[in-house]
Amino acid sequence: MRRGLIVGAAVAVAALALAGCSAGGGTSNGKVTISYLVDNAPLTTATTKTFVAAFEKAYPNITVKVESRAQGADGDNIVKTKLATGSMDDVFQYNSGSQIQGDHPDQTLVDLSGEAWAKDVTKDFKASVAGTKKGAVYGAPWGTTFAGGIMYNTKVYDKLGLKVPTTWDEFISNSQKIKAAGIAPILQTFGDTWTSQLFVLADFANINAKDANWAADYTANKSDAKYAKQPGLLGFQYTSEVFQKGLVNDDYASLTNANGLKDLAAGTAAQYPMITIVISTLKQSNPDQVNDIGYFAIPTSDGSAPHMTIWEPNALYIPKSTTGAKLDAAKKLLAFANSSKGCEIQASAQLVTGPFSTTACKLPSDVLPLVKDEQKYQDAGNTGSALEFLSPIKGPNLEKILIQVATGQATAAQGAALYDQDVKAQAQQLGIKGW
Amino acid sequence: MTTINIPVQSVSAPPRPDGRARKARSIYPSWFYIPAIALYVVFFAVPTFASFYFSLTRWSLFDATFIGFDNFVTFFQNPQLFNGFIHTFEYGFVTSGAKVVLGLALALLLTSPVIGRGYLRAVVFFPVLVSTIGVGFVFKSLLDPFHGVVNAVLGVLHLPQPGWFTDPNMALWTIAGVDVWKGVGIATLIFMAGIVAIPQEYIEAARMDGASSWRLFRSVILPLSRPAMGTVIILSLIGGLRSFDIIWATTNGGPGFASDVIASVIYKQYQAGFFGLSTAGNVILFLVVTAIMVPVSRFINRREVEL
Repeated sequence: MRRGLIVGAAVAVAALALAGCSAGGGTSNGKVTISYLVDNAPLTTATTKTFVAAFEKAYPNITVKVESRAQGADGDNIVKTKLATGSMDDVFQYNSGSQIQGDHPDQTLVDLSGEAWAKDVTKDFKASVAGTKKGAVYGAPWGTTFAGGIMYNTKVYDKLGLKVPTTWDEFISNSQKIKAAGIAPILQTFGDTWTSQLFVLADFANINAKDANWAADYTANKSDAKYAKQPGLLGFQYTSEVFQKGLVNDDYASLTNANGLKDLAAGTAAQYPMITIVISTLKQSNPDQVNDIGYFAIPTSDGSAPHMTIWEPNALYIPKSTTGAKLDAAKKLLAFANSSKGCEIQASAQLVTGPFSTTACKLPSDVLPLVKDEQKYQDAGNTGSALEFLSPIKGPNLEKILIQVATGQATAAQGAALYDQDVKAQAQQLGIKGW
Repeated sequence: MTTINIPVQSVSAPPRPDGRARKARSIYPSWFYIPAIALYVVFFAVPTFASFYFSLTRWSLFDATFIGFDNFVTFFQNPQLFNGFIHTFEYGFVTSGAKVVLGLALALLLTSPVIGRGYLRAVVFFPVLVSTIGVGFVFKSLLDPFHGVVNAVLGVLHLPQPGWFTDPNMALWTIAGVDVWKGVGIATLIFMAGIVAIPQEYIEAARMDGASSWRLFRSVILPLSRPAMGTVIILSLIGGLRSFDIIWATTNGGPGFASDVIASVIYKQYQAGFFGLSTAGNVILFLVVTAIMVPVSRFINRREVEL
C-alpha cells in the first residue's frame, strides 16, 4: 500500500513537471504562432481583435496569440520585468518616449531602422523610440498623436455664454461662473492616479515656447531648469490653486477616469484637464455626446499665446528574445500595422484624436470637433512635444506627489521640490551624465 | 528460591571523560540533512546576503555601482519614504493590539455556552480564509465615499459620511480596521485553544472560593493563557509590520503617500526601477522586524507560566 502511494506520488510529480514546460508556439509545417502583449483597456482589446483578425487573414500561416497586461504603473512594472528577464512576448505594444527609454532599448529591443516603413515615420516619433545607438529606431507607431490640455463641454460654455480662455485668470473666472451655475467647474479623478499629472505635463509646451533649451538643461541637471523654479513651478501652482479655491468636483478623490468622462459628457462637469486620447473611451460610453467636447490648451499666466502639448502615439516593439521564424512573423505584423490596411484599421477601430506619426497614414475627412480644435493649434504652429519625448528622465512618483498637492497635503513648492528629488533619483538610476 | 539480582548492563556507551552526556546516536546518517541545507542555502541564505550587498549599490539588474550607504540615507531623508517607515510602526502595533484584545474577548465568548456557538465560530473565522486581495477590492467598493453601501446607510441614518479610503488622515486607520476584521479569526482560534486547555479544576476551585467572573478572568484565565497570548502577539506583530496585500488592494499607499508602509514603499521603488533602493528598504524592514521581535519574544517566553 505504501509502495503504491510512493509510486503514485512520483508519477504525479513527474506529470506536474512536464505540464510546467511551457506550451510555447513553435513552428511546425510552416505555421508560426507569435504572442502579442497589449494592455487591458476595453478599447485596446477591441482594436487589437480587429487588427489581429485582418492580419491573420492576410497571412494565413501566422497565428497571433493576444496576451493582456495591466495598465498604468503596474503595467510599466510588468513590461520592465519581462524585458529585464528576457521573458517578454514576441511583440508588444507600449508607450514611446521616456517609458521605453528607461528599459535600456539598445540591450533589449530589435533595431527596426532597416524596415521599409521606417522612412515614412516622422522625425519626432523616431526621437521618441530611439536609444543611445545612433540612427536606431526601436518601435513602429501605433495610433495617432494626441494632445494634453483642457477638454471642455461646449454646450455648457454656450449656455453660460463663456469664451475659450487664453490666460489663467480668464480660466479661473470662467470656472467660478460655472460653479455659480451649479456645475462642477474642473474635474479631478484621482480614482485613476495618473490623471493628476495633467496641469504639469500639459503646460510643458508653454514652457518650451518661452525657453527652447529647457528640456536640454533639465536633462543636463542645470540649476535653472528645475520644477521648484519658474516656469516649471507653474503647473504645480495651478494644481494646488484649483483645489484651494474649491473649483473641483466633490468626488475628486475617488472618481475614476471613465466615470469622470461620463460626467463631462452629461454636462454635470464642465472642464477636464486631460489627454485627448480618452475621447475614444467617451465615444464608447456616451456616443451621442462625443461632438459636444472641445479642446483648448492650458492657458498662460503671462499673456503669451497658449501652446498645445503633443504626445506621440504608442509603439509596437520586438524584444531581442524573439528570433528566427517568429522574428520574421513579428516584423510582418509591424509592417502590416503601417500599411494602408493597417492605417485604415487604426483610423476606424480607434477614434482619431490627432494627426498620425507616419506619412503612410492619412487623416479621414470626418474627424471630431475635438480634433478640429487641435488642428487649429497645429495650423498656427503653437505646438510642442511633451517633455517625455524630449528628455529620457521622468520621475516615477509625479502622480502621487501631485495628488498630495491636489488634496492639500503639500504645497506647490513642497511638491515641486520633492519631484526634483525624484527626478534626480531617476537620472542617477539611468546613469545619465551630470547627475 | 533466591532471586538473583543480575545487575543490568548499561547498553549505552560509558560516560565521556569531560562529564558531558553523550548525544544519542541517530540511526540516520547526517547526509540526510544535505537536501534541506542545500535548498535553505540557495533560496534563503544566499538571497539574504546578496540583498545586503545590493542594498549598498545602485542596481539596474544589468549592472550594480557601489554607492555605500546612500540608499539608506535617501530612505531616511526622503519624506515620502520616511513617512512609510513611521506608518509601519503605527499600523503594526495598532492592528496587533486590536487583534489581541478583540481575539481574547471573542474567545471568551465563544468558549462559553452561548446560543449558536458553532455558527458564530464559523462567522468569526471565515474572513481568515478569504483572499486578501478579494477582501481589499470588496471593501474598497463598500467604503466608496459616494457610491458605497456603508456611506449610503450612514446617510439614511443622518450620520457623517467620511471618506474612508480617500481622506488622507483616515486611510491608514480604515485599512487597519479591515485588516483586524480579516485577521481576528486566527487570534480567536489560538486564544480558544489556550482557554480550553486550562484544567477545569482551577476554574471550579476559583468558583468555589466565590470568585466573580471578572476575578476569574483576571486571576485564572488571563495568566494561564499567556502562551496563547505570546503566540498571538508575535504572529500578529510580525504580520502587521510586514503587511502589504491589503494596503495595495485598497489604496495603493494613497491618497498620495498617506497610507504607505515600508512594504508598499519597497514595492513602489521596485516598480520605479530603483532596485538598489528597494533592496535597501527590504534590509531595513528585516532589521526593524528582528529588532522588535527578538526582545518581544524573549520577554514573552520568559514570563510564560509553566502549567
